[in-house]
Amino acid sequence: MEVRASTLGEVVEAVRAYPRLRPKGGGTKPALSAPREGEVGLNLSGLSGILEYTPEEFVFTAWAGTPIAEVEEALRAHGQYLPFHPPLKGKGATLGGTVAAGLSGPLRHRYGGLRDFLLGVRFVDGEGRVVRGGGKVVKNAAGFPFHRLMVGSLGAFGVMVELSFKVFPYPRATRTLRAKMPSLNEALSALERLRLLPLDLLALDLVPPATLELRLGGFPKSLKARLEGLKALLAQGGAQTEVLEEDGAHWEEVRDLRFLEGSPIWVKVPAKPQEVARLEGLPLGPRRYLDGGEVLYAGTGPEGLEALRRAGLPHLVLKGAEDPLYPPPPEAFFTKLKRALDPRGCFPLG
Amino acid sequence: MGFLEELKALLPGRVLTHEAALAPYESDALTAYRKRPLAVVLPEGKEEVVAVVRLCHRHGVPFVARGSGTSLSGGSLPVEGGIVLALNRMNRILRLDPKARIAVVEPGVVNLEVSRQAAPFGLYYAPDPSSQPVSTIGGNVAFNSGGAHCLKYGMTANHVLGLEVVTPEGEVVRLGGESLEGVGPDLHGFFVGTEGLLGVAVEITLRLLPKPEAYHTLLAAYRSLEEAGNAVSLVIRRGLLPGAMEIMDRLAIEAAEKAVRAGYPEAEALLIVELEGPKEEVAEEAQVLEEVIRESGAYAVRVAGSEAERQAIWKGRKAAFSAVGRLSPDYLVQDGVVPRSRLGEALREIQRLSQAHGLRVANVFHAGDGNLHPLVLYDGKKPEELERAEALAGEILRLCVRLGGSLTGEHGIGVEKKAYMPEMFAPEDLLAMERVKRALDPKGLANRGKVLPEVVHGG
Ligand SMILES: Cc1cc2nc3c(=O)[nH]c(=O)nc-3n(C[C@H](O)[C@H](O)[C@H](O)COP(=O)(O)OP(=O)(O)OC[C@H]3O[C@@H](n4cnc5c(N)ncnc54)[C@H](O)[C@@H]3O)c2cc1C
Ligand SMILES: Cc1cc2nc3c(=O)[nH]c(=O)nc-3n(C[C@H](O)[C@H](O)[C@H](O)COP(=O)(O)OP(=O)(O)OC[C@H]3O[C@@H](n4cnc5c(N)ncnc54)[C@H](O)[C@@H]3O)c2cc1C
Repeated sequence: MEVRASTLGEVVEAVRAYPRLRPKGGGTKPALSAPREGEVGLNLSGLSGILEYTPEEFVFTAWAGTPIAEVEEALRAHGQYLPFHPPLKGKGATLGGTVAAGLSGPLRHRYGGLRDFLLGVRFVDGEGRVVRGGGKVVKNAAGFPFHRLMVGSLGAFGVMVELSFKVFPYPRATRTLRAKMPSLNEALSALERLRLLPLDLLALDLVPPATLELRLGGFPKSLKARLEGLKALLAQGGAQTEVLEEDGAHWEEVRDLRFLEGSPIWVKVPAKPQEVARLEGLPLGPRRYLDGGEVLYAGTGPEGLEALRRAGLPHLVLKGAEDPLYPPPPEAFFTKLKRALDPRGCFPLG
Repeated sequence: MGFLEELKALLPGRVLTHEAALAPYESDALTAYRKRPLAVVLPEGKEEVVAVVRLCHRHGVPFVARGSGTSLSGGSLPVEGGIVLALNRMNRILRLDPKARIAVVEPGVVNLEVSRQAAPFGLYYAPDPSSQPVSTIGGNVAFNSGGAHCLKYGMTANHVLGLEVVTPEGEVVRLGGESLEGVGPDLHGFFVGTEGLLGVAVEITLRLLPKPEAYHTLLAAYRSLEEAGNAVSLVIRRGLLPGAMEIMDRLAIEAAEKAVRAGYPEAEALLIVELEGPKEEVAEEAQVLEEVIRESGAYAVRVAGSEAERQAIWKGRKAAFSAVGRLSPDYLVQDGVVPRSRLGEALREIQRLSQAHGLRVANVFHAGDGNLHPLVLYDGKKPEELERAEALAGEILRLCVRLGGSLTGEHGIGVEKKAYMPEMFAPEDLLAMERVKRALDPKGLANRGKVLPEVVHGG
């Protein structure tokens, strides 16, 4: 069963009316948003629209059900963007779904992820109370930061209604350098080297078996010089390089996770470059390491998921499994927070 | 055995109870408040913190964690009848892994020490509070401390990847991990900024960044604060994203000049802008910046031509707080935030309030993120001057909230601003904070009496 809520009042009503709810932005991450036995789906796609946006402040506030695409269009008109680069934009991902799932895309490499750009939240807790945390200015340290609690929460503490984010100016120009390395080992040593240099790359991805993709942003003239420097550096590791002058469409495909489309299960795995060799030994399908090896998005079947679990590697399933989060959040802290905000267990998790 | 005897048995020789030994712990950098604790304990490892917290829990004795006591909001003020957990001896960097770009540290490690140890690898720890030569990572975590370089890379919360926390009931939990990305609720992100109310951080995993290749640091002099404030907006509107933008007013400039001879020009307001990044990129940005600054009406501009000149520009700024302190026997610092576009309005109003209350206010602030730092000068020995200073500071806080900002950008609520929380938050918001506090700390032992106002009206 599914109910719709398009206003704050309707969200409160729904929370009071149904003992078990699972919010849904629109369903780009069905492993997370599809209602389970005994749950009622809460469709928030009508809770949509930008409430405030002052480009000069680098801040906007919008309803949680607002599609990322709508937000980015408004930002683009002022030369700004969401630096954490929310995935699945082209598939209809919403702000609330992105925060609840805790997802960032390839461009997170430059300035940071979702957790670094969320400034404030208004949410309805498990008792139907409306609570605000954080604020609408780029810097704020007042009160308990409930907004940060929402990141990756899978909706466990409440239904997000309103969200405020920090945004930045989009680079004047971009270029992408694709480097085919002789082997995974060489790709990894190049990656480790690049991570220690002050290159200010927009993105630094590793595409197995042995390709690196580097995206740069800035003034066109400076880009040229920087590209030459990077090519020389990578050539030392035996790279064959290619420059994409028009790279926008390529990165849109990557952030929409198109490379996962043939796979039954989609999974996000936090990582480190040092763990890549081990991850590469697991039976995973199409995949890509983002942000210099800090996170892996992989497509797989049940055996890959099983292998991740056996290896004890934390992961989140976006599509194709009943039980999306491994491991469960730490008891001693999580359970108490959950009890404080959702004592009756109206929402998923815990 | 009574509580104190058990405490002494746990940490032999490291429990202070004599009046003279307690005196330095009676207040933090907000010296207007002072309280004598029952005892101060000096743990040397996390097992000892766990043991002490469990003992406190068993006996119902409140405790306050303390780093270097540089809190400006009374955050580390002791609780009467409670103990202080002084964590300065837990000052080891446990692991610094350049390949993983992380440092795992104990809470008593001093902020600047992390960058110092990371420097040989070309890395640094980004948050740079002016107090960084003394303040600890534990204190920074509790307060979500910031600094001059927050606009681009955020505050402490954005640089903490994992935490080991002793909950107020003495349980030990690991939150987060070592990767920049996690799965599940961002519990470590939530802990940062809760001012020690939800437990004691005993181990902290920090992210390190590559040190920028090049800096371009510029100092511009203006005839008015407002002109300097407008220059900040112009820079932003031109699509630039500097690492730092700082403003000082005449009083702050003069004080800094007297204290450290930074060689600043005479001015009503000085603006520091720092660009950072790859050298080719910085060179291009510098040209745009030069144009903007020229258009902004600056009558003197100085660009640092070397690292020494860059340090000279920053020296005055970083010393401004303590320098202003020397102008007056006492001072209160506020750190409210306003939307950047309302900086001019906020500064004008502060000026007016200063005159109305008959107290001098010096301004030195993080203009890039609208984070004001008005220093209210007063003399605590004069009758009722503290009360007047507090009233003025309170007016400034209300002003920030009214303009759509925040009570604090980085110094925290502590005891000083908790009465103002209802100005910024609705009763439901505060009740939710209280419920969280009660769920994690049913006996109310961890940093009792901070952040949450005594009475939440309505509801
Ligand atoms: C192939 C395909 C193509 C599509 N094309 C389009 C299109 O072209 N245009 C279009 O408009 N739509 C399209 N859609 C619809 C689209 O699926 C939804 O708009 C989108 O799924 C929104 O989901 P989400 O990413 O926000 O996350 P969801 O999958 O809805 O949710 C992720 C997680 O977040 C939680 N959550 C979500 N919102 C909240 C909240 N406010 N508070 C607390 N927790 C929350 C959920 O419970 C879940 O745990 C398409 C869908 C598919 C499958
Ligand atoms: C001259 C001067 C300049 C300053 N400049 C800045 C600035 O630019 N930016 C800024 O943000 N701040 C600034 N501050 C404020 C202050 O330095 C910071 O708040 C700093 O983080 C406090 O660190 P500390 O080690 O002194 O902590 P303390 O003052 O000892 O403690 C601060 C709070 O943290 C709690 N705490 C300490 N350790 C732990 C722990 N391990 N676990 C849980 N809770 C703990 C305490 O209980 C207390 O509530 C400045 C202060 C001074 C005096």
